[in-house]
Amino acid sequence: MEPIIRHTGVGVPLRASNVDTDQIIPAVYLKRITRTGFEDALFSSWRKDPEFVLNQPAYAQGTVLVAGPDFGTGSSREHAVWALKDYGFRVVVASRFADIFRGNSGKQGLVTAQVAQPDVELIWKELEKEPGAEVQVDLEARTVRCGSVEASFEIDDYTRWRLMEGLDDISLTLTRAEDIEQFEATRPEWKPKTLPARI
Amino acid sequence: MADKPLTMAEKVWREHVVVPGEEKGGQRTPDLLYIDLHLVHEVTSPQAFEGLRLADRPVRRPDLTIATEDHNTPTLEIDKPIADPISRKQVDTLRANAEEFGIRLHSLGDDDQGIVHVVGPQLGLTQPGMTVVCGDSHTSTHGAFGALAMGIGTSEVEHVLATQTLSLKPFKTMAITVEGTLKPGVSSKDIILAVIAKIGTGGGQGYVLEYRGSAIEQLSMDARMTICNMSIEAGARAGMIAPDETTFDYIKGRPHAPQGADWDAAVENWRALRTDAGAEFDAEVVIDADALEPFVTWGTNPGQGVSLSDTVPAPEDFDDPVDRESAERALKYMDLAPGTPMRDIRVDTVFLGSCTNSRMEDLRAAAGIIRGREKDPQVRMIVVPGSQRVRLQAEAEGLDQVFKEFGAEWRFAGCSMCLGMNPDQLQPGERCASTSNRNFEGRQGKGGRTHLVSPVVAAATAVRGTLSAPSDVLSTEPQPA
Ligand code: SF4
Repeated sequence: MEPIIRHTGVGVPLRASNVDTDQIIPAVYLKRITRTGFEDALFSSWRKDPEFVLNQPAYAQGTVLVAGPDFGTGSSREHAVWALKDYGFRVVVASRFADIFRGNSGKQGLVTAQVAQPDVELIWKELEKEPGAEVQVDLEARTVRCGSVEASFEIDDYTRWRLMEGLDDISLTLTRAEDIEQFEATRPEWKPKTLPARI
Repeated sequence: MADKPLTMAEKVWREHVVVPGEEKGGQRTPDLLYIDLHLVHEVTSPQAFEGLRLADRPVRRPDLTIATEDHNTPTLEIDKPIADPISRKQVDTLRANAEEFGIRLHSLGDDDQGIVHVVGPQLGLTQPGMTVVCGDSHTSTHGAFGALAMGIGTSEVEHVLATQTLSLKPFKTMAITVEGTLKPGVSSKDIILAVIAKIGTGGGQGYVLEYRGSAIEQLSMDARMTICNMSIEAGARAGMIAPDETTFDYIKGRPHAPQGADWDAAVENWRALRTDAGAEFDAEVVIDADALEPFVTWGTNPGQGVSLSDTVPAPEDFDDPVDRESAERALKYMDLAPGTPMRDIRVDTVFLGSCTNSRMEDLRAAAGIIRGREKDPQVRMIVVPGSQRVRLQAEAEGLDQVFKEFGAEWRFAGCSMCLGMNPDQLQPGERCASTSNRNFEGRQGKGGRTHLVSPVVAAATAVRGTLSAPSDVLSTEPQPA
């Protein structure tokens, strides 16, 4: 997982509240066996509409999604985060997130910046006034900037630290590799091993 | 200070803590636990392996990992390519991943292939006091050996592959004491169905269940596995049974059992796993084995069950509005009228199989009922051994002939109609007496209706065509073959 401290990229105004995980990625895509390549699945039903924001060339390369409140509700599928990341998003800005989605995001390196709704509205206006405008996100300072708007955002210390260090669950556990090795040295000899196979 | 008496689950847990959790903001962070055995199959592993590849990580302990193909595999014509493209892709992906990461795999056609929860114990890889995980909820099966065995999700599968550990939140303990002796025709499946009907499908949430008492002690390992298997259907995190001589006898001599001096050391350790006298459980449930009768479900969750001698309940029988509503929906889906005697319900299909009931004892018991009898001509019966070893052993004992002469289909090993990921599925509206573990809507095929039963009830039902107890059949003389 790549560390992220500061990020600047094209902002995408998504004027919708309660964007649930079925809208982020419909269930039909869950049968896939891959972990990557979900960019086509992201908002796939909305993208059939030529007017949808990601179908407008100015926003197509967006990396900062600015959405309405209660983003990521619904099922706990991790695929929702994979789809956003595969498309290229590094940050989602919203005034409220669903808990599980926020938890999954933190583990997968997607920043969820919680900004007050009036500030979200101001950013939307900036992005619509000047399509393709960039948003600057500073995890260290906990700020989001877009044109003349500067807003601070909330994120818990632990998640922020993990994102800035680029630590996923496995990396975190691997920081305890020595403890694991020490434990392994104490395991009794007779505990079974699958290899070499005995039949 | 004297050591606090501990339950078996707490002992196994304590022996596996690599890094203890810490108090943070009034909350305890999870303990990091070491995993002794990781079982892998084709459905929940592809993205875990891909995650490893993307991060360029190896599997930490291939020698504590074993894979088998089961959920998608066909049970007929296993030498032909798998017809369904998604199933084939999952199986092919597992083969490629096992090869790349150096993991032992038992593929379709291999003598040790079979349902992951049948294969582990059979190879002697499941032993008391171990931590066992698998990306499958019925991993609780392995608790029959006194192992702490839990189902996990795909990202946890990746975590275990990479680190051989798992962060786990603390659990509560529940003792389920079953005293007495089962009547003839009543089996361990009836015990667990009665437990789930009593505590409900959410009654075990957050708990590790420990089954104990004289009725449990009398059970064989095959029968104990049936009970632990369905712990998850009560919402529990795991189910366990204390290891005893029955357990040791089962393990001894199996391919991966400890040998020589190791065996003695292992048994000494295993004997110490029992729950200490005076240890406290967070909850206790008592079941009277003498009073149990063959059990059968009428609804669409495993808690919706009654004795075979009962009738289909009415929604008004339930005080709780949620239960009432769910009964109403279930009766509609199952197309059953309240008040119908369970024994009057006709079935189209009988499925003998799944990780709940597909071991030697299950096949022997079912064969014992049907031997020399005739199948109801309108009923289709499918027998799917849990593993190829079980299939071979059954054939050596001539059980395949008993099933075939009866008119049942004798298949190759796999999950099969337990979840209908392969071609073995119910048709819409079809009714099935099934020895599996889940009677959810559409579980065995879109629109299919499932009644969960024991192997002997399944066999008796195939004879009479309606849900039946073994005693209904045994009162008639078998026909001379
Ligand atoms: S037999 Fe059924 S419950 Fe058991 S592992 Fe297979 S699908 Fe899951």
